[in-house]
Amino acid sequence: MHIFKNTNFDFLKYRWPAIAVSWIIILAGVFAIWTKGIPKGVEFAGGTVVITQFDQGVSVQQVRAALDKTFPGGDTVVQSYGDPQQHQVMVRVPTTGQESGSSLSKTQDQIKAALTQASLGNFKVVGSEIVGPIVGQELTRKGLLATFVSLFFILAYLAARFQLSFGVGAVVATIHDLLITLAFLAFFRYDLSLNVIAAILTMTGYSTNDTIVIFDRIRENLRAMRRDNLDHVINVSINQTLGRTVITSGTALLTALALFFFGGEVLHGFAFTMVVGIITGTYSSVFIAAAIVSFWRGSGPARAAAHAPGSAAASLPPAASRSKQRKARAS
Amino acid sequence: MSLRTKIITIIVVFVVFFALGVYPIMASRYKLPAPQWLMAHQLKLGLDLKGGVHLVLQVQTDDALNVETEQEMSRVQQELKTRGVPATATLVDVSHFKVDGVPPAQDQAFRQAATLEAPNFDRSSGVNGSYTFSMKPNIVVQLREDAVTQARQTIERRVNELGVTEPSIAQQGANQILVQLPGVTDVDRAKEIIGSPGMLALTLVEQGPAATKEDLLRATGGQVPSDMEVLSGGPDVAAGPGAAASFYLVRRVPAVTGHDLRSARPELDENNQPAVGFTLNRNGAAAFSRVTGENVGRHLAIVLDKIVQSAPRIENRINDQGRINGSFTQEEAQNLALILRSGALPAKLNYLEERTIGPSLGADSIKSGVLASAIGLISITVFMLIYYRLSGVNAIVALVFNLVILVGLMAYVGAVMTLPGIAGFVLTMGIGVDSNVLIFERIKEELEAQHGVRASINAGFSRVFWTLVDTHTAALISAAFLFQFGTGPIRGFAVTLFFGLVSNLFTSIFVSKTLFEMELSQRKVAALSI
Repeated sequence: MHIFKNTNFDFLKYRWPAIAVSWIIILAGVFAIWTKGIPKGVEFAGGTVVITQFDQGVSVQQVRAALDKTFPGGDTVVQSYGDPQQHQVMVRVPTTGQESGSSLSKTQDQIKAALTQASLGNFKVVGSEIVGPIVGQELTRKGLLATFVSLFFILAYLAARFQLSFGVGAVVATIHDLLITLAFLAFFRYDLSLNVIAAILTMTGYSTNDTIVIFDRIRENLRAMRRDNLDHVINVSINQTLGRTVITSGTALLTALALFFFGGEVLHGFAFTMVVGIITGTYSSVFIAAAIVSFWRGSGPARAAAHAPGSAAASLPPAASRSKQRKARAS
Repeated sequence: MSLRTKIITIIVVFVVFFALGVYPIMASRYKLPAPQWLMAHQLKLGLDLKGGVHLVLQVQTDDALNVETEQEMSRVQQELKTRGVPATATLVDVSHFKVDGVPPAQDQAFRQAATLEAPNFDRSSGVNGSYTFSMKPNIVVQLREDAVTQARQTIERRVNELGVTEPSIAQQGANQILVQLPGVTDVDRAKEIIGSPGMLALTLVEQGPAATKEDLLRATGGQVPSDMEVLSGGPDVAAGPGAAASFYLVRRVPAVTGHDLRSARPELDENNQPAVGFTLNRNGAAAFSRVTGENVGRHLAIVLDKIVQSAPRIENRINDQGRINGSFTQEEAQNLALILRSGALPAKLNYLEERTIGPSLGADSIKSGVLASAIGLISITVFMLIYYRLSGVNAIVALVFNLVILVGLMAYVGAVMTLPGIAGFVLTMGIGVDSNVLIFERIKEELEAQHGVRASINAGFSRVFWTLVDTHTAALISAAFLFQFGTGPIRGFAVTLFFGLVSNLFTSIFVSKTLFEMELSQRKVAALSI
């Protein structure tokens, strides 16, 4: 079975519209972050989260009303949590700046007191999370550092295995994926949590996968198609690998969607990040990564780019002969 | 390697990892027989799945510096007094103090005193016989490190006394300590026991108790003598509830400290009130019996964390036994005995983070994680069977191998399965099967180029090999940095991802190829179901 058979899309021709679309999404994301800020999870912003389980059903409005006196202002988040049958409610109160030392759990005690007073029936605290203001700053710094250092090492590895231009192409595509994902996180107001950062870091590793597959094919084709210009080789390579690019992303997407729909409350943000990351990763592998290589090298004859180092088999890919006929058609 | 050897290798690997990882999980669930050592090596669940308390504490290492600075400063002051140098020492901050008013004629004597008594400080001179002492940088570093290490060890002792199974206490960053207590639900007690300074001091009362500081210091002319300090006491128990706080003037250097304790236990005092009895070790007992023997009739303050608990009259010489009275509840007395037994913290601890996961919340997470895994596996299986037909079976077998090896590896190295770890497990399915997709697509290409079944399969595997090495390396790089970045659950995720990738290389290349070879060896295959 084939989803794509002998396709012949001119992907590089669409690079400008593709880049424009990406920029629009990224700028919209920047705008969203600039105007509304990026919502931060409690690990980053600090504050108190309490998950309570009531004996009988209570509405979010009731809980909110119960808390309004103790925590005036609209910053308190009240949400139903997990399986609705369990009557669980999550309450989040932003940091008071006091969450350290002996007053760490003061807010939690206040929440409990307010809920008891409102006589909403028996309840118990099934989980809580209290984070002081210091922890968040450190995490943000470490998260950013980890992302950039791992990007740098991926760049170095690809530059060594392929060529510098390929490494740059893959890393720019990955940065593109990071920005698009952040934009979508901002659009859908997902909290930036540790899990989301973990998903973003995973994505930096995964989103290069499709790119590497395409680059591998470009490298292979460059040896066989020395007389063709680079842009043509790139187009042929992307077309040849299109099926596997879509299928590999599809299987990863299937599992990410399984996590999104069935993985439970805690993994929601994580799964969303992976879903967006996988889709944009595929898109950027096809439209962005190779376009960067083409910009970097100019679209001169392929001969110049042919002596790419690497230990991949040097023989012709079976489809190379076919692509030559296609070139004749194209020109 | 012959096909036979390959098959045997694969079966052995499968059986070993299955026995290490999957079997113990099944055994504990369905009550199957399993040897003890195997069950002890079972895949551990993280706090977020098992339930428990997660605390992050910051060690206020400045406290340790302060103690050292104060000590050396008071020794310098003492030495100057002995040598008759009329200079005064004052504390500047945690690692600095200064000495003012050294007469030029006595500069020599001052220098000798300073060199003798403040070896850990650098000295710089200012105008009019004033000197600033700064703690040597290497000593500062050393003291801070020691404070964190000692705090960690003290917390370990306290947690062990609490009787928590499989606690984890680890230093994190320069001055933070991460404490994970699985199964603990009484957070407040755990926090109190871990964070109490537990500094016990037995010291002679010079003045007091008095209702206010002014009353207390009337006898000394409103000044606190340099070798003494003012401590407040809790409200006097005998005076009944609602009594005002009281103040004591006590010697700065205590007769006996918590270091000299041999044991501490909760007991009842003569009024049947909960109290904490303690026994001193040999050094402590010697000092204690000397001080009590010389000061019969005076009061001895029992000071805990700079608060006077009680100040009984010394009736006669006491050797090595004592009792701390206070208005304790029975539980408080128990906690205090535990804290005193495990020794004092070298510095104050500051709680930065507290996370409690109730056991029901953890169970819910496991349930949804298992559901997501099952649905992920089923949807991948369905897709692979439809798209690659019989070869899809090959990919699914390789994938199941991959997951079995992953679980076995994690159990073997003692890694912890967390909720994000389950996410990593689910993603490993989606990403793991990609390797097979790449191989199969290549085989299809080769078949279309009329290369024959056997040649196509060989070419498919050998051509894709380096692509897989490249993609896996890139993913491993980010998993490694994820591990380095994260703590707790995130580390669990990074470990899962890492082992998933490593075992995937084995299963997608070796296992999958052997499965094809088995098929080819059975009969002459004219067409491949792919």
